[in-house]
Amino acid sequence: MKAQRTWTACMLGTAAIALLLGGGVGQPRAVGAGPANSITVFAAASLTEAFTVLGKVFEERNPAAHVMFNFAGTQQLALAIEQGAPADVFASADQRWMQHLQQRGLILGTPREFVRNRLVLVIPRSNPGKLLGLQDLARPGVKFVIAADAVPAGHYLREALAKLNRAPGLGRDYDQRALRNVVSEEDNVRAVIAKVQLGEADAGAVYRSDVTSMVADKVIVIDIPDPYNVMASYPIAVVKGGNSTGGQQFVALITSVLGQQILRGYNFIPANPP
Amino acid sequence: MGHAPPPSHQSRRRSWPAGLLRVAPVIAGAVFLVFLVLPVLSLLIRIPPGELLQRLGNPLIVQALRLSVVTTVAATGGAILLGLPVAYLLATREFPGKRVMEVLIDLPMVIPPTVAGVGLLLAFGRAGLTGRALAAVGVTIPFTTVAVVLAEMFVAGPFLVNTARAGFEEVDPKYLRAASTLRASPGFIFFHVVLPLSLPSLTAGAAMTWARALGEFGATITFAGNLPGRTQTMPLAVYVALESDLNAAVALSVILLLVSFGLLLTLRSFRISLRR
Repeated sequence: MKAQRTWTACMLGTAAIALLLGGGVGQPRAVGAGPANSITVFAAASLTEAFTVLGKVFEERNPAAHVMFNFAGTQQLALAIEQGAPADVFASADQRWMQHLQQRGLILGTPREFVRNRLVLVIPRSNPGKLLGLQDLARPGVKFVIAADAVPAGHYLREALAKLNRAPGLGRDYDQRALRNVVSEEDNVRAVIAKVQLGEADAGAVYRSDVTSMVADKVIVIDIPDPYNVMASYPIAVVKGGNSTGGQQFVALITSVLGQQILRGYNFIPANPP
Repeated sequence: MGHAPPPSHQSRRRSWPAGLLRVAPVIAGAVFLVFLVLPVLSLLIRIPPGELLQRLGNPLIVQALRLSVVTTVAATGGAILLGLPVAYLLATREFPGKRVMEVLIDLPMVIPPTVAGVGLLLAFGRAGLTGRALAAVGVTIPFTTVAVVLAEMFVAGPFLVNTARAGFEEVDPKYLRAASTLRASPGFIFFHVVLPLSLPSLTAGAAMTWARALGEFGATITFAGNLPGRTQTMPLAVYVALESDLNAAVALSVILLLVSFGLLLTLRSFRISLRR
């Protein structure tokens, strides 16, 4: 009996090792692209709240469906999809990264712009840097937190600052002076707003939609006037090789009147005004 | 045990498990080694050496590497300075609340580093608990190189305390008794008896602390931010590069790996020469 038990244990052990080895050699099972009725959506971090609600709406309308989200910086999502991550839908915070995937033949059909977004400056309610307007952003010693250049929000901001050089009263080297105040280049907009919320940054640059109801009472918003602002354009598309039927259904909801209304509720600018 | 199988079968059954038991650990060891080495090897073979050298000439990489070396050495030094007394206390004394203190020291190892970063901000940030007092005298820590050192020390410090403590505990008490019968002062005993005897463990602890500090990412980017030249250490540079240029990220990782390999190997040989 004892020998038999040891024997069984050995068999189990070998089986476990074989399984480990086999698992290493074979293709790992895709995480998201499993059952036909599950849809995996890779969406820019700034879409977190709005898309979570839209996912629930989708599931209510299609009770058999299950929507899973992966929210992160657009650049991270695009690179993950390029490396074979199982996404069915990609919602990008800029055209650059959508084109990046299109050029690599990973996108099905033509991407559609579904919302736009405006950049704003946020400062902690306590206003530790004593900022009264855009001109103060270039004052030496201000702690300015932005997103890195690879992040869409960071890229747009650098464009907007360059445009502000032409604004009256700000000075021709405004962008240089403002960028000299940068104390951190974050890897997504949510990290920027977190540092403003904690009062560590004197100012941060985020999307208008990032000032959610959760943070609205902790920050002050300074608008960048439209002529100098950069309108972020968000495209959405179905990714090749996944659940494309489900993906198309989800995209249809996002671009529908209801989807656009919900997105507007989260301070996005609808691309198809209802 | 009523029905024993025929003897020939039984002997075969017995010899099988014995053989397997001997082979299984070898297989397990091999699997584990492959598991650990394969990702590192995959990084190494992706970038040709020529490209690596070329990237080493990039001032941004040199900057990040230098910052990593400076901050991790400072963090390890700080952990030794503040951690050794704690380790010695834990190894030699019994006092109320000792168990709680041990767990508190282990906590930074289990907290996700990003959370550790938030904790550091809430404690030493300018709106934080002690940060407000510091700000009053004109000192702000977040977004500075000092913040990088603190983040590394926080995350890596427990490794030093735990290893050093184990080293101190290994010192045979009879040497201490001998020293005190010779009327050596406690300070003299520590520096001339305990420290030399536990030096191999302390070196191992310092190496582990340093290695953990070198790989630190989450607490650093949260507490110190990410700014080239000031707070962007190698892991942060790798992460940022990963978002635009995969090859640059891999090259950076390889450089980080080679530097770590060299330093850890040196420390290990030093430890072995100490033991002799």
